[in-house]
Amino acid sequence: MKKKMRDSSLKGWLYLLPAVLFLGFFMVYPLVDVFVYSFEEGYNFASQTYFGTGVYNYSYILHDPYFLQAVKNTFILVVITVPLSTGIALLISVGLNSITVFRNFLQTVYFLPYVTNTLVVGLVFMILFKKTAYSDGLVNLFINWFGGSSVDFIEGPYWAKMFVLCFYTIWIVMPFKILILTSALASVNEDYYKAARVDGTSKFRIFTRITLPMISPMIFYLVITGFIGAFKAYSDAVALFGTDLNAAEMNTIVGYVYDMLYGDSGGYPSYASAAAVILFVIVLTITCINLLISKKKVVTLE
Amino acid sequence: MEVVLQNLTKKFPGRGRKNKEEVVAVDRFNFRIPDGSLIGLLGPSGCGKSTTLHLISGLLGPTDGRIFFGEDDVTELPPENRGIGLVFQNYALYPHLTVKQNILFPLENLKGKDKLSKQEMLEKALETARLVQIDGLMDRKPGELSGGQQQRVAIARALVKRPRVLLLDEPLSNLDARLRLQTREEIRRIQQETGITTIFVTHDQEEAMSISDLIVVMKDGVVQQTGKPQEVYDNPANLFVAKFLGNPQINVFHGEIKGGRLYIGEDAVLDIGDGSDDKEVYVGIRPEGFVLKADGPLFCDLRGVEVMGRDISVVSTNKASLASTVRSIISAENMSDIGGTTVGFAVRPHKVFLFDKETEERIFFKTGAAKCEMGEARE
Repeated sequence: MKKKMRDSSLKGWLYLLPAVLFLGFFMVYPLVDVFVYSFEEGYNFASQTYFGTGVYNYSYILHDPYFLQAVKNTFILVVITVPLSTGIALLISVGLNSITVFRNFLQTVYFLPYVTNTLVVGLVFMILFKKTAYSDGLVNLFINWFGGSSVDFIEGPYWAKMFVLCFYTIWIVMPFKILILTSALASVNEDYYKAARVDGTSKFRIFTRITLPMISPMIFYLVITGFIGAFKAYSDAVALFGTDLNAAEMNTIVGYVYDMLYGDSGGYPSYASAAAVILFVIVLTITCINLLISKKKVVTLE
Repeated sequence: MEVVLQNLTKKFPGRGRKNKEEVVAVDRFNFRIPDGSLIGLLGPSGCGKSTTLHLISGLLGPTDGRIFFGEDDVTELPPENRGIGLVFQNYALYPHLTVKQNILFPLENLKGKDKLSKQEMLEKALETARLVQIDGLMDRKPGELSGGQQQRVAIARALVKRPRVLLLDEPLSNLDARLRLQTREEIRRIQQETGITTIFVTHDQEEAMSISDLIVVMKDGVVQQTGKPQEVYDNPANLFVAKFLGNPQINVFHGEIKGGRLYIGEDAVLDIGDGSDDKEVYVGIRPEGFVLKADGPLFCDLRGVEVMGRDISVVSTNKASLASTVRSIISAENMSDIGGTTVGFAVRPHKVFLFDKETEERIFFKTGAAKCEMGEARE
């Protein structure tokens, strides 16, 4: 009997082997390596040499104004986009769930950004926000309409650029969230609502006491993935402001890591590693906090 | 609270291109439910019994007809203003709330002059929990309770506002056999203690017959028969009701009335007196309507005997039977009389029902006195 058990567990390991090897080579080893690099001062890829070990890399980037700017940008992005995008997606999903006419049509419309080419999206945002020789962009047209003066969203003040970046991020993550939330709402058993109706529960109370708790696992999932996704933001900023993000004051932590590796000022894998480790620690901390909160707040069904 | 259903009709529109015809789920339902009684709505799935329940609850609006609670016409009232308690088939307990919070939920919805203080609410909840004997489980979540306990919580939640009418949708279908017996007695006890008019829906005839004051048998949206369980069992209005009530099922034969006698195959089983037209009929005989009698008049091929303790069940075949076997319940004392390949029966006339072959409606006949004697002879 015992032998049999060992046999079957051996078999299990055998089945897992391809995935374990793959993940080991391409995920675990690089992760450990990054951690090691971050303590090796002045590591050079080509010669595979370094001057010494210590925390100098960390102290350098923590004093680098570009890195601090990137951290600030990333945190602003996270704090604004995660709650807003989840909240708006929830509103839209509840709306979609409560209508019958045009429901499929609207669902398709809301899902379109998800399948739209990034280049097309970039073009749309250009039309909306970019100042060209011919126009100040669609949004400025509206601002002018109401008597305001034009704002340069792409090369202008910091808040305007941050607004565009947040707007873009929220817009791009919305379809997926709506998709998840509409299916979560649809999977809530109709009988709960019937029971609540028989008891004369107000619409607001039904939403807060029944609907929200019932879909809380999905909301939680979206918040966690939203946090992680926003912390990893980079390509959106590049799409809007070009590759020289430091000059545009719009860099993110991942952007900083990339610049340190390959950018015009690149070739510093040690600094890049240290920044990556700091990002890892931030994301890990936030996710742990999320998990702790969720233990208290999220409903476990059955 | 007396509940009166007047011409209650519910039609659902057909859905899709292929299925345009509207479905009549409930067809002109007329019934008066006496105050404080327990009513079983009984029928196979799709017969409209749940729809009827939902019409009474107000979750569905009728296409036609009216519903009265006592003097009040509640047809147009939304569910929350009707004063009903509804227990769902799957209980629909809020899984994220404790038992206490679940029971409190309806009370917390009360507004204006009905609003209760925290203390009053707790008292009411506890009182109701005691009634259904779950006062020791108040801080558990529904997921930590057994099916029977969940059922009680659901009933408590429905009762806590002291509804005028309590509605139960398939209350026992999610419970195992032993719990079902226990719970149905429990429902009866709770109903009698509170005196609330209670309507429950079931497809299980035994369940309905065992605890109901009155049963309503439905088929295809049409009420087939209403009455006290025993009366309906002893006096089915048509073949459907006769077949639906009783376990084991009634035995149905092709029969013929000829010259005042009832024939099953070649066997003249009963004298039904003059005045009956000669025609082919369905003959329904309850399993307990057979009496062992070696010289007939009804002969069947013996297949086997199932011993059930107090009684035995004789399984046999007859060419005229609609089902593949004929099942009769006989006292176990007469077991020694059975042997050989054929078995002879006499029948008890009051357990024999005749039905028209076309309409399947009951045909009444006069039982001949002589046959009665013969029928009872073996007891």
